[in-house]
Amino acid sequence: MSFQSPLSRWQLFAWVIGLTLVTPLCFLLFESLQGDSDVFSHLWNTVLWDYTRNTLVLIVGVCVVSCALALPLAWLTAYCSFPGRKQFEWALMLPLAMPTYIIAYVYTDLFDYAGPIQIALRNWFAWQSPDDYWFFDIRTLPGAIMMIALVLYPYLYLIFKTALREQSFKLVQASQGMGLSPLQSFYRVSLPLARGAIVAGLTLISMETMADFATVNYFSVSTLTTAVYDTWLGYYSLTAAAKISGIMLLILFLALMVERFSRRKQAVFERQSGVNSETLYSLKGKAAWSATLFCCAVLFFAFVLPVAVLINYAFAYAEQAWNDAFFLYAWQSFKVAGIVCVITIILSLLVVFYQRISTQQYSLVPGRLASTGYALPGTVLAIAALLPLTLLDDRLNTWLEPFGAVPGLLLSGTLFAIIFAYVVRFYAIAHGAVEASFMRISPSLDMASQSMGKSYGQTLRKVHIPLLRRGILTAGLLVFIECMKELPAALLLRPFNFETLATHVFQYVSDEQLELASISALAIVVVGLVPLYFVNRSMEQHS
Amino acid sequence: MSSLILENLSYQYNDTAVIEHLNLTVEKDEIVCLLGPSGCGKTTTLKAIAGIVTANQGKVFIDTKLVSDEDTFLAPEHRNIGMMFQDYALFPHLTVADNIGFGLAKMSKSQKQQRVDEMLELVQLQGCAMRFPHQLSGGQQQRVAIARALAYKPSLLLLDEPFSNIDTQVRFELIADIRRIIKNQQVSAVFVTHSKEEAFAFSDTLAVMHRGKIAQQGTPEQLFSAPNSKVVAEFLGQGIYLNADVLTATEYSTCYGVVESLIAHHHSTDSGQLYIRPHHLTLTPASVQCEQTVKVLSRRFIGSSYVYKVVVNEQEIEVAAELAQSFDINDLVTIKIKPHTVNFFTDK
Repeated sequence: MSFQSPLSRWQLFAWVIGLTLVTPLCFLLFESLQGDSDVFSHLWNTVLWDYTRNTLVLIVGVCVVSCALALPLAWLTAYCSFPGRKQFEWALMLPLAMPTYIIAYVYTDLFDYAGPIQIALRNWFAWQSPDDYWFFDIRTLPGAIMMIALVLYPYLYLIFKTALREQSFKLVQASQGMGLSPLQSFYRVSLPLARGAIVAGLTLISMETMADFATVNYFSVSTLTTAVYDTWLGYYSLTAAAKISGIMLLILFLALMVERFSRRKQAVFERQSGVNSETLYSLKGKAAWSATLFCCAVLFFAFVLPVAVLINYAFAYAEQAWNDAFFLYAWQSFKVAGIVCVITIILSLLVVFYQRISTQQYSLVPGRLASTGYALPGTVLAIAALLPLTLLDDRLNTWLEPFGAVPGLLLSGTLFAIIFAYVVRFYAIAHGAVEASFMRISPSLDMASQSMGKSYGQTLRKVHIPLLRRGILTAGLLVFIECMKELPAALLLRPFNFETLATHVFQYVSDEQLELASISALAIVVVGLVPLYFVNRSMEQHS
Repeated sequence: MSSLILENLSYQYNDTAVIEHLNLTVEKDEIVCLLGPSGCGKTTTLKAIAGIVTANQGKVFIDTKLVSDEDTFLAPEHRNIGMMFQDYALFPHLTVADNIGFGLAKMSKSQKQQRVDEMLELVQLQGCAMRFPHQLSGGQQQRVAIARALAYKPSLLLLDEPFSNIDTQVRFELIADIRRIIKNQQVSAVFVTHSKEEAFAFSDTLAVMHRGKIAQQGTPEQLFSAPNSKVVAEFLGQGIYLNADVLTATEYSTCYGVVESLIAHHHSTDSGQLYIRPHHLTLTPASVQCEQTVKVLSRRFIGSSYVYKVVVNEQEIEVAAELAQSFDINDLVTIKIKPHTVNFFTDK
């Protein structure tokens, strides 16, 4: 017997969302299968392997460095008390607001031959030329790894800390009763329990790293992303660019498989209100100060120093950098990010809710389809999004012509394109965060609500959404910041005369003149801080 | 009028039969307990009644209304059932009053308020209306859960192991309380548990489930004293099997002597096994070892008596004996079997 009608509406929503968001990718794949790929075979025979290797090294490197930073930071702030813990708890999220290309520019400026550090060293040791000493070159692959990890580690920190917070202290206390030291119980209890969270965080970081364009472009490190960009702009070969993207999709597919595999049996339904507000260990003396020092150091290099440099620029070049255009760009960026944020959350709620209420095996498919856009590097995504939109515009104009209306580039030449592309790209972030929070809600709450006569929609509205508030806020925060920082897609999709703060700043970075856009750069950082503040406040109220 | 009828209900999950041709009737105002070990299909049966899983075959009637068969399926929210869960399933973001009022649609604000107050009074939590679930003890949370489930006057109440998270000290007090509340509200209920003590204390009728089927249904006393199969006998209480030959309608010969039955049975075969429960055995001091003596393995003091562990016919059993009659470990004791309503099984 089958009864589908209340479910089928949700099924329809989910599939429409999934299929719509996967459309650009389909167009891209179709395009990549078209003939003529001399450019690709040329690349394949020459540099493609190096690009692929660089990409993989970059991803692994960023993951390793992020773990080294985020895991101890999360454990310290979630479980230990030490001077400044409460402040570090939120402050360590700050680097999320920092675009990689800004931090890369700042550190290049600092560590360059003509930068203040090398000048100071030369003066100090009376060195005359580069032959007199060795100094690391930041514009290399390891340099890029450090820059990207400094900005992306908060993803892992945020997700892992939340997971630790929601673990019962009793488990750790029980393990200590069995003779485990705090470090041992971290490795043997907390870490395995939070495995799903760690893998989720690292998957996010990997995808972000693979999509990074600005830093590797600025450092002249050739990766698959820069290859796509160059292939398109250098050779105008969309087919070759699409084929290179295929390699990146393969890497993404592997990363997602790893994530699913690690979570395969983790449908552990935690009891409600399991958030610890107290800490478990109280650090004293040397240990306490080492913890504080570690947090300080990470925060200093990932946030304080770059911001200080930007502020310094802003004061020094205030006249050139402060202008009306700045306010316009700020508002435009904010508007786009806000709209995308709301849309992705609504869509992810609908899709994840369908996954929850459906028992069909293929119920996970719409979410998977919708999430694929995250893998597309901004450049590729922009092209991919334009393919269906231009086609639609073309059809629309043909249909409406007899009626005397000529809408023009209604979809591909307006904000619609940029918003559509951002939704496709950042849906996965919202989906991941919403899905993780949904899994923490016991299924018996759904049954209770249904037994009391509530339909699926009422259950979603009255039970799930209030309980998901924290997950939704996290999702919203992550999407918002990503939109503010997103660059390559904006570069290619912005309507005529439309600038976001990011495109504005990047132009100046490319011209080695960040000083002149320092206020806009600071604004990107500050605007990214606003949602951090609200999320932090809400989390504190809740616990 | 029956509150619930399950007719030939079957459910398969991934080609495994979870429920097989199950039949069950719950009369009006009756509390029926589905009792069985984990994995016997009792929770799935409950979900099929609620409409959370869809049975592959069979019919479900609630208040004589067909809610599920091959062509019909009434969604859970239209079945008018109340549910209680092991984890209480109270909405953590709502106050006690809002939780109770959650299912009260189509009521004016004042009517709703009045009903919530009534329910709070019924479960004796008048002062807790504005509290949140996490501010209540487990027992209080479960009382809110029953108030919530009964507030909208469901046709049938379904309880899924609702007492297993409650401290043993207060568990039976709470069971008595909830039973009183259900009886007071005159609602029929299906209760699922794996604990026979809870089942005995809570239900009017027991249905022991085994491998997706009802093995036997009856009052707790009937099932305990006259189980129809070894599965039911073993599940409802510890015991040992002794090979026995039928001598007369009331006498059986075993290696521990002749066992007398208080009522006459007529069996088609001459030999089988008797299922002897601990309270059918008495231990008396023995001076010399013979066929009917065994050694005391261990002794446990439980307040009103001692409980001795002995091995009878290669099966361990714990037998209680009065305090006045005390044995030490390794003492020899003679086993005697009191006359009782015997459980004689011919299958091996």
